[in-house]
Amino acid sequence: MELTTVWFTLIAVLWVGYFVLEGFDFGVGMLMPVLARNDRERRVVINTIGPVWDGNEVWVLVAGGATFAAFPEWYATLFSGFYLPLLLILLALIVRGVAFEYRAKRDDATWRSRWDLAIIVGSAVPALLWGVAFANIVRGVPIDADKEYTGSLLTLLDPYALLGGATTLLLFLTHGAMFLALKTDGDIRHRARAAAVRLGLVTAGVAVAFLAWTQLEAGDAGSAVLFLVAAVALVAGVAAARAGREGWAFLGTFLTIGLAVAGLFAALFPDVMPTTLADGVSLTTTNAAATDYTLTIMTWVAAVFTPVVLMYQGWTYWVFRKRISVHHIPADRQPVDA
Amino acid sequence: MDVLDIARWQFGIITVYHFLFVPITIGLSAIVAGFETAWVRTRDERWLRLTKFFGKLFLINFALGVVTGIVQEFQFGMNWSDYSRFVGDVFGAPLAIEGLLAFFLESTFLGLWIFGWDKLPRALHAATMWLVHLGTVLSAYFILAANSWMQNPVGYTFNPDTGRAELDDFVAVLVNKVQLVTFPHVLAACYLTGGAFVLGVAMWLMLRKRSDEGDRPLYRTAVRVGAWVVLVAGLGVAVTGDVQGKIMTEVQPMKMAAAEALYETDESCAPFSVFTIGTPDGREEKFSVTVPCLLSFLGTGTFDGKVEGINDLREKYVAEYGQDPGATYFSAGDYTPVIPVTYWSFRLMIGLGMAAAALAAAVLWVTRKGRTPGHRAWVWAAVALPLLPLAANSFGWIFTEMGRQPWAVYGLMTTELAVSPGVSAGEAMTSLVALTLVYAVLAVVELKLMLTYIRKGAEPFAEPPDPKLGADSDEPLTFAY
Ligand code: HDD
Ligand code: HEM
Ligand code: HEM
Repeated sequence: MELTTVWFTLIAVLWVGYFVLEGFDFGVGMLMPVLARNDRERRVVINTIGPVWDGNEVWVLVAGGATFAAFPEWYATLFSGFYLPLLLILLALIVRGVAFEYRAKRDDATWRSRWDLAIIVGSAVPALLWGVAFANIVRGVPIDADKEYTGSLLTLLDPYALLGGATTLLLFLTHGAMFLALKTDGDIRHRARAAAVRLGLVTAGVAVAFLAWTQLEAGDAGSAVLFLVAAVALVAGVAAARAGREGWAFLGTFLTIGLAVAGLFAALFPDVMPTTLADGVSLTTTNAAATDYTLTIMTWVAAVFTPVVLMYQGWTYWVFRKRISVHHIPADRQPVDA
Repeated sequence: MDVLDIARWQFGIITVYHFLFVPITIGLSAIVAGFETAWVRTRDERWLRLTKFFGKLFLINFALGVVTGIVQEFQFGMNWSDYSRFVGDVFGAPLAIEGLLAFFLESTFLGLWIFGWDKLPRALHAATMWLVHLGTVLSAYFILAANSWMQNPVGYTFNPDTGRAELDDFVAVLVNKVQLVTFPHVLAACYLTGGAFVLGVAMWLMLRKRSDEGDRPLYRTAVRVGAWVVLVAGLGVAVTGDVQGKIMTEVQPMKMAAAEALYETDESCAPFSVFTIGTPDGREEKFSVTVPCLLSFLGTGTFDGKVEGINDLREKYVAEYGQDPGATYFSAGDYTPVIPVTYWSFRLMIGLGMAAAALAAAVLWVTRKGRTPGHRAWVWAAVALPLLPLAANSFGWIFTEMGRQPWAVYGLMTTELAVSPGVSAGEAMTSLVALTLVYAVLAVVELKLMLTYIRKGAEPFAEPPDPKLGADSDEPLTFAY
C-alpha cells in the first residue's frame, strides 16, 4: 500500500477513535440536565466520564497534528477555510474542559449552574459542528486552483451539512445515554436506558437519511457496506437497550459511530477535500501529502507508540470499570471559607 | 489592522497566555510527584498533606494549560495556512509526535492520579504523577524542537517544484544545536517557576497571622524544598542561557545585536549595555550606560571577540536576502526587529528570574536552623515569588520570538508571507476578540479559585482508603468532581 494511503487510513482511525470515545462524553454532557434531577445526580453523571474525558479529547489533537504532518495542504485548507465553525468548536472545548475541573470547586449553586451550562453548551456545539464539518468535507466545498477555500460561512450551512450535524448530535446523545446506562446504577440507569431507546429511534431515522444522501452524492461500494452495517448496529443496539443488555447496547452505538465515520472516509478516498468548482483543485491523498521520508518516519512512530497508548488507555477504562451511583458521591462537601 | 497584525497579536497573546500555565504544570508536577514519593517511602503524614494541597492547586492550573493548548494546535492552520503549507513536511512531525507520545500520557495518567486514590496501590499511584511529569517533559521537547527549527532551520531541503521545505534528516531536527540549549534552558526555567510557586505559597501560609500554629513546620518544609529547587534551577537557567547566547550570536547575529542595542560593530571588544535609549526606528543610539567588553565575553567567550552591530548586519542581510523582505510591512525595521522590545525583554527575563533566585537564597538564609523570619516584608516577597519567574518566562519568549522578526522561519520565510491568505480581517478579528475575552474571564476565575484554595491551606491528614478493599465496596469515592 502507498504510504499516503496508509496515512489516510491512520487519520481515519484517529477520527474514528475520537468520535467513538469523545462521542459518548459529549452525549453525557448534553444529557446531564435531562437525566439528573439534583446536584448529587448531576455529579454522578459527570463522574462517569471524569477520569477519561481528557484522554478522549487528545484523539482530536493527534488527528490534527497527524493531518498537519502527513497532509499539510489538507490541514492548511481545512482549518483556514472552516475558520468560524472551528473557532466555535475551540471556544466550546475550552469552557467545557474548564467546567469539569472547576464545577465542584466551590459550594455555591450559582457557580455550579453556570458551569453546568458550560458543560451542556460546550458538549452540544462540537457535537453538532463536527457533523457539519464532515458533511462538507465529504460532499466538497469551493476550493480554487491555489488550494484556498473560497466559500463563506453560509456555504457550509446548507441542508445536507445541517443534516450531517443533526446526525452526529443525535448519535452522540444516544451513545451518551447508552454509556450512562452502562456506567450508573439506580434511578439514573433506568432513565438513561429509557432515553437511549427513545433517542435511538429518532437517531436511526435521521442517520439513515444522512448516510443514504451521502451514499448517493459521494459513495462507493465500500462506503455502502460500512453504512449498511452501521445502520444495522444501531438498530441492534437499540433493541439490546430495550432488552436491558446495556453492554451490548453500548457496543451497538460504538460500532455505529465507528463504522459511519469509516464509511465517510471511504466515500472521501482518494480525495481528502474535493472541490465543487469547475476550475478548482481537489485535494487528494497525493497532492496534499508530505514527502515519503516524513511519512516513513511517522509510520514508524505510529506503529510503535499507538499500541502502547491503546494499552494504557484501555487499562484506565478497566480501573474505572465500576458503576457509579448516588451513594458513591462524597456528601461532606468541604465548605470553602473565602 | 490587517490580517497579519491581527494574527500576530493573536499568536502572541494566546501563546504567552498558554505559557503562564505550562511552566507551573511542568515544575509542579515534578514537585508533587516528589512529595508523594516521599510519603510512600517514609509514611510521614506531612508529605501526604503537601501532596494533596499542592496537587489541588496543580489541577486548577492544569485545566487552563490543557484548554489553552487546544487552541495552539489548531491556530497554525487557521491563521498561518501558508506557513503550514510551506513547513508542514518538517514541522508537522514533531507536533504529531508530541500528541501521540506526550498528551496521551499526561491526560490519561492524570485521570488515574485524580480519581485513583482508592483504586491503585500507593507506589503505583505515585508513579502515575511521575508519568504525568514525563509527559510534560516530552511535550516540551518536541514542541521546542519545532520552535528551534524555526529559529535555525536544519535537516531540510527547499524543493522548488513543490515550493516548500522538505524534511531530509529528522534526527538533525531533533538535535538541532539551538534545540539542545533551548530545551534545558526552558526546562530549568519551568522548574524555577514551579519551585517559586511552592516557595511563595508555602511562605505566605507560614507567615500569615492566623496561621494554625501547628502547621508552621509543615509549610516550612515546603518553603525549604521550593527554595532549593529555585536555587538549583536558577543556576541551570544561567548556565544554559549563557551557552544559548553564544549559539544565538552564531546563528542569529541580529538578535544578539538587537538584544544589546549594539549599533556599531566593535572590532576588539563589545560593551554590555545596562541601559540604552535609541531612536525608535532602531538606527541610532542616543544614550547608554555600558560595561566595557562584557558583551564580547557573553557572545563569544572571550573579552576581545568581535560582535557585529545592527547597522553592519543590516547591510549584510540586504546583500544576502535582497532588499527589505518586509519592506511593505516592517518598513521601519528592514531585517531589524523592534529594538526596544528585544532589548528590554532580554533584560527583564534575566533580571526578574534572577531576582527570584536571589530571594530564594535569602529565604534559605532566614529560615536556617528552624528560624522564622519576623519582618512583614517577607509576606510581600512570598507574593512576588511566583510572579517573578512567570513574567521572566513571558519576556524570554517575547524576546526569542520578536527578536526573530521579520522572519517566521529564519532566513526562509518572512512572517508576512506566513499568514493565511484566505482569512478575512473580520474573521481574524472575531477570533482575536472572542479568545481574548474568554481568556480574560478565565484568568479572573482561575486566580480567584487559586487564592481561595491557597487560603484554605493544607487539609488535615486523612489516611487514604486501602485499594485492596476498595474494588467492590460501596464506599464513597475518595475524589469526585
Ligand atoms: C515548553 C513547553 C511547551 C511549549 C513551548 C508549548 N506547550 Fe503546549 N503544553 C505543554 C508544554 C508546552 C504542557 C506542559 O505539556 C501542557 C501545559 C499544561 C498541560 O496541560 O500540558 C501543554 C498543553 C498543550 C495542549 C493540550 C494537551 C492536553 O489536552 O493534554 C496542546 C494541544 C498544546 N499544549 C499544544 C501546544 C502548541 C501547538 C504549542 C506551540 C505553539 C505549545 N503547546 C507550546
Ligand atoms: C513550538 C513553539 C512555538 C512556535 C512554533 C511558535 C511560532 C510562532 C509563529 C508562527 C509566530 C507568528 C509570527 C510572528 O508574528 O512572529 C510567533 C509569534 C510569537 N510567538 Fe511564538 N512560537 C512558539 C512558541 C512560543 C511560545 C511558547 C511563546 C511564549 C510564551 C511564543 C511567543 C510568541 C510571541 C510573543 C509572538 C509574537 C511576536 C510578533 O508578532 O512579533 N512563541 N511564534
Ligand atoms: C542568566 C540568566 C539568563 C540568560 C543568560 C538567558 C539567556 C537567554 C537567551 C540568550 C535566550 C534566547 C535564545 C534564542 O533566542 O536563541 C533566552 C530565551 C529564553 N529564556 Fe532566558 N536567560 C536567562 C534567564 C532566564 C530566566 C530566569 C527565565 C525564566 C524563568 C528564562 C526563560 C527564557 C525563556 C522561556 C526563553 C525562550 C525560549 C528559548 O529560546 O530558550 N531565562 N534566554
